[in-house]
Amino acid sequence: MLHNLNIGELADRLAKRQISSVELTRHFLGRIERLNPALNAFITLTPERAMQDAESADRLLAGGERGPLLGIPLIHKDIFCTDGVRTSCGSRMLDNFVAPYDATVVARLKAAGTVMLGKSNMDEFAMGSSNETSYYGPVRNPWNTAKVPGGSSGGSAAATAARLTPFATGTDTGGSIRQPAALTGVTGLKPTYGRVSRYGLVAFASSLDQAGVFARSAADASAVLQVMAGFDPLDSTSVDAPVPDYSAALGAPLKGLKIGLLREFFEGLEARNAGLIQDALKIYRSLGAETLEVSLPHLPLSVPTYYVVAPAECSSNLSRFDGVRFGYRCSNPKDLADLYTRSRGEGFGAEVKRRIMTGTYVLSAGYFDAYYLKAQKVRRLITDDFRAAFAKVDLVISPTTPTPAFDIGAKMHDPVTMYLNDIYTIGANLAGLPGVSLPCGFVDELPMGLQLVGPHFAEAKLLNAAHQFQQATDWHRRAPRGYE
Amino acid sequence: MSLTRQDVEKIAHLARLSITEQEMPVYVTSLSSIVNFVDELSQADVGTVLPMAHPLDGQHQRLRADEVTERDHHEKFQLNAPAVAAGLYVVPRVID
Amino acid sequence: MSSWETVIGLEIHAQLATKSKIFSASATAFGAPPNTQANLVDLAYPGVLPVLNAEAVRMAVKFGLAIGATVAHRSVFARKNYFYPDLPKGYQISQYELPVVARGSLTVMLDDGTVKNIGITRAHLEEDAGKSLHEGLANATGIDLNRAGTPLLEIVSEPDMRSAKEAVAYMKKIHTLVRYLEICDGNMQEGSFRCDANVSVRPKGREKFGTRAEIKNLNSFRFVEKAIQYEIARQIELIESGGTVVQETRLYDSDKDETRSMRSKEEANDYRYFPDPDLLPLEINSAFIEAVRATLPELPDEKAARFAKEFALSAYDAGVLCASRELAAYFESVVSGVGAGHAKLAANWVMGELSSALNRDNVDVGSSRVKSSQLTGLLLRIVDATISGKIAKEVFEAMWSEGKPADAIIEAKGLRQITDSGAIEAVIDAVIAANPKQLADYRAGKDKLFGFFVGQVMKATAGKANPAQLNELLKTKLDGVKHA
Repeated sequence: MLHNLNIGELADRLAKRQISSVELTRHFLGRIERLNPALNAFITLTPERAMQDAESADRLLAGGERGPLLGIPLIHKDIFCTDGVRTSCGSRMLDNFVAPYDATVVARLKAAGTVMLGKSNMDEFAMGSSNETSYYGPVRNPWNTAKVPGGSSGGSAAATAARLTPFATGTDTGGSIRQPAALTGVTGLKPTYGRVSRYGLVAFASSLDQAGVFARSAADASAVLQVMAGFDPLDSTSVDAPVPDYSAALGAPLKGLKIGLLREFFEGLEARNAGLIQDALKIYRSLGAETLEVSLPHLPLSVPTYYVVAPAECSSNLSRFDGVRFGYRCSNPKDLADLYTRSRGEGFGAEVKRRIMTGTYVLSAGYFDAYYLKAQKVRRLITDDFRAAFAKVDLVISPTTPTPAFDIGAKMHDPVTMYLNDIYTIGANLAGLPGVSLPCGFVDELPMGLQLVGPHFAEAKLLNAAHQFQQATDWHRRAPRGYE
Repeated sequence: MSLTRQDVEKIAHLARLSITEQEMPVYVTSLSSIVNFVDELSQADVGTVLPMAHPLDGQHQRLRADEVTERDHHEKFQLNAPAVAAGLYVVPRVID
Repeated sequence: MSSWETVIGLEIHAQLATKSKIFSASATAFGAPPNTQANLVDLAYPGVLPVLNAEAVRMAVKFGLAIGATVAHRSVFARKNYFYPDLPKGYQISQYELPVVARGSLTVMLDDGTVKNIGITRAHLEEDAGKSLHEGLANATGIDLNRAGTPLLEIVSEPDMRSAKEAVAYMKKIHTLVRYLEICDGNMQEGSFRCDANVSVRPKGREKFGTRAEIKNLNSFRFVEKAIQYEIARQIELIESGGTVVQETRLYDSDKDETRSMRSKEEANDYRYFPDPDLLPLEINSAFIEAVRATLPELPDEKAARFAKEFALSAYDAGVLCASRELAAYFESVVSGVGAGHAKLAANWVMGELSSALNRDNVDVGSSRVKSSQLTGLLLRIVDATISGKIAKEVFEAMWSEGKPADAIIEAKGLRQITDSGAIEAVIDAVIAANPKQLADYRAGKDKLFGFFVGQVMKATAGKANPAQLNELLKTKLDGVKHA
């Protein structure tokens, strides 16, 4: 089945003209029409635009043009600005917003000849771990539609798992690619901070946000990262460092690779989850890797640290949504103050408002030192812990999430309960490190993921380690029932 | 540490967010819960370490050449605007 | 009241004369139709990011060097958060704890010739806001964001000024300096040079500062002086009648010549400053600083000192001539034409006739209707006694209105000085003959009548008699004795 082929295989068939991009696109559009209603993975579908992209790719292919992503369909998380296409960020605030430009990531993937199927559903302004805060309704996990797919990139994750697209873009600020990847049984990569441009990525927390990819294998993710990565002069935080050949690095043997097991993550870990990780470690050892224990003593503070830093930055980043130049405006504002407070009060959902207010609080006079400044200091301690660990090991391993997917609605009563879902993923964002989640088994018939985190710019090594695991196992090939 | 209703009103005003009478107690509770949670940080011993505003150390700001490369696209941009008159973005009267 | 002392500090915002904005590549030119010079970054669209203009940095460093300040090797951009329609992001990118320029100073010469050293606390880079327009909009305000993002250098003085006159002298010096450095055009009508004054009073002898009021957006030297004078009087009267000065922001009404409280800024703003995560720390190394130092022109004080020494001018005169680089250049050009020995003559004419004409017609030196070469020509005719100084003034007026050189006007109007002794003697004889009573009175001891005879001869010669020769010949004739 076309939707079970990997990107390399699809590119091969397109190159050999065994299929056309138009046929391939129609295939996915057909699946989306049939299967998406049960999942609600999309906010905007762009079938006409997809056909145009596909026809254009076919013309290039006919002319002899070749490229690893040429003619391949994709989905963009609705947080990336797409010229001429609605970009809502899952919010009423931008429900009527048609972006007048392409994010750099979008432009690069377009230039590589991809076909855009649509914009995926997400937690509002990327704030959430379950895709339940979207103005457009929750996304459902294809493995069990009573369960969440994770968030904030829930739509991209669910669509990739359901084989509605070969791959999807996402963003990860506290785990928003890795966590949903784990809960939906796909591979999710968050690159090093600064590796991929943030220009056009609607900002949530500027020092934490990174664009990344969902795919069904590390090999596929490599092909996509190759196109996304690289310096962008429009982004001051973008790093001008050479981009290695990720695909070429995939096949390297793992002999001598040192993998660190994070001690802090195993204390109190549920037995079956722990079991899956131990199984994974056995496989890594059989591939020649060495496993040792490492300790990151400040890591348990990573969640409270994140929930000071991220809201602080977002409270400022979201001030531009004021009903003046674009976006939602309340009706009949009686004066300027009313325009602001009601446009924002009505345009934003509850979680967004909570985070804006938390952020405003921790930055405010009298609290700045105790919260924001303190959090940024702890952030350095966490980063230093990682650095010390990477002096001893090449990568660290942990579960991606504490539990498998939970019921929709189960954790909405208390924000803090929801926040603790990110306990394993947040550290990498605070330290700017690359991380990947890959499927490693099932608990209660729901997928679980293992997470590998590496030092800055170690994507090649991460993908190599992930790929070798995927050569030795087939968790990543499993499809949810009804979506095979 | 619990927040009072007054605290929440003050924060909501700084952030220009309207909160209805119904919503207010919910926000007081949830914000108090969050602040309580992050208060864990107060126990951390940070010694003399410097705060970290950017995750990659040792980077510094790139400088751009002083060149005008943008052209006028205001008509396209103003398609998104809720209220425009004579090329200006219109808001209720601002009194100084 | 002589028992009160005034304390004044000025915050000057100078728009830097870069071609493009500080964080975007939009044009900064004044006067464009609304919102035609506002790109996505200036409009604070979702997803956009700032990138720093190198020239703005160079200009800030140039200023720092010119005031003898330390240029920070590392400075940080911070967000100043508040809501206002002309501030599209809902925050202004500025600098807070670590500005690019630290402590410097400036010497200022007051009208009475005394010299005072004024400290400058800091100067930092920030972006300008847009403009609010009220005309023609019923109960609404129109926002033009062309100005949003223009680079500003905010120059903060120490509270070292003790009178409105001192404040104006300081403001003028800064105005001169930024134009010398070619970092700001100083055009106050267009808003490129704006001043806020912080004014407080305290009983003489007390060390502690009184509560200060801030008077915003003063855009002329005259208004600064009047506003400060009004404010001093207001505060003193308030305190003496038992009231207390409130720390607040006030506006100056030039029609009523009074300051009044600003309604919209009544509440103290909590700006929640924090380092902007989208911009990395600005690092300026010694090589950069030295490259900028090499572009420094001769500064006003240096030039004035040189003029005073080279041309034997008073410090005051030298200071006036150096108030603008163009005026100083004009003067030097004239001196090189007439010779250093006649520098005082040149100085008098540049400070006198030329400056009066420029002021009267409201043009700057660059648009003078009498070019420096032409003024040189005129002064040479005084020096070679072709015309007297008095006649020269007539010639100058004609040069200004007709745009012709001195010689042409002297010829056309027959204004050549009479230097033929014989001719002068003849007129003297005629005058003496016509005024026997005055002659007798003079010879009897009324020396003052000498002036009468001078006046009569000048009248008879239409002012063209060479004054020196006239004096000598007249004295001889009146006294009947030839003087050596």
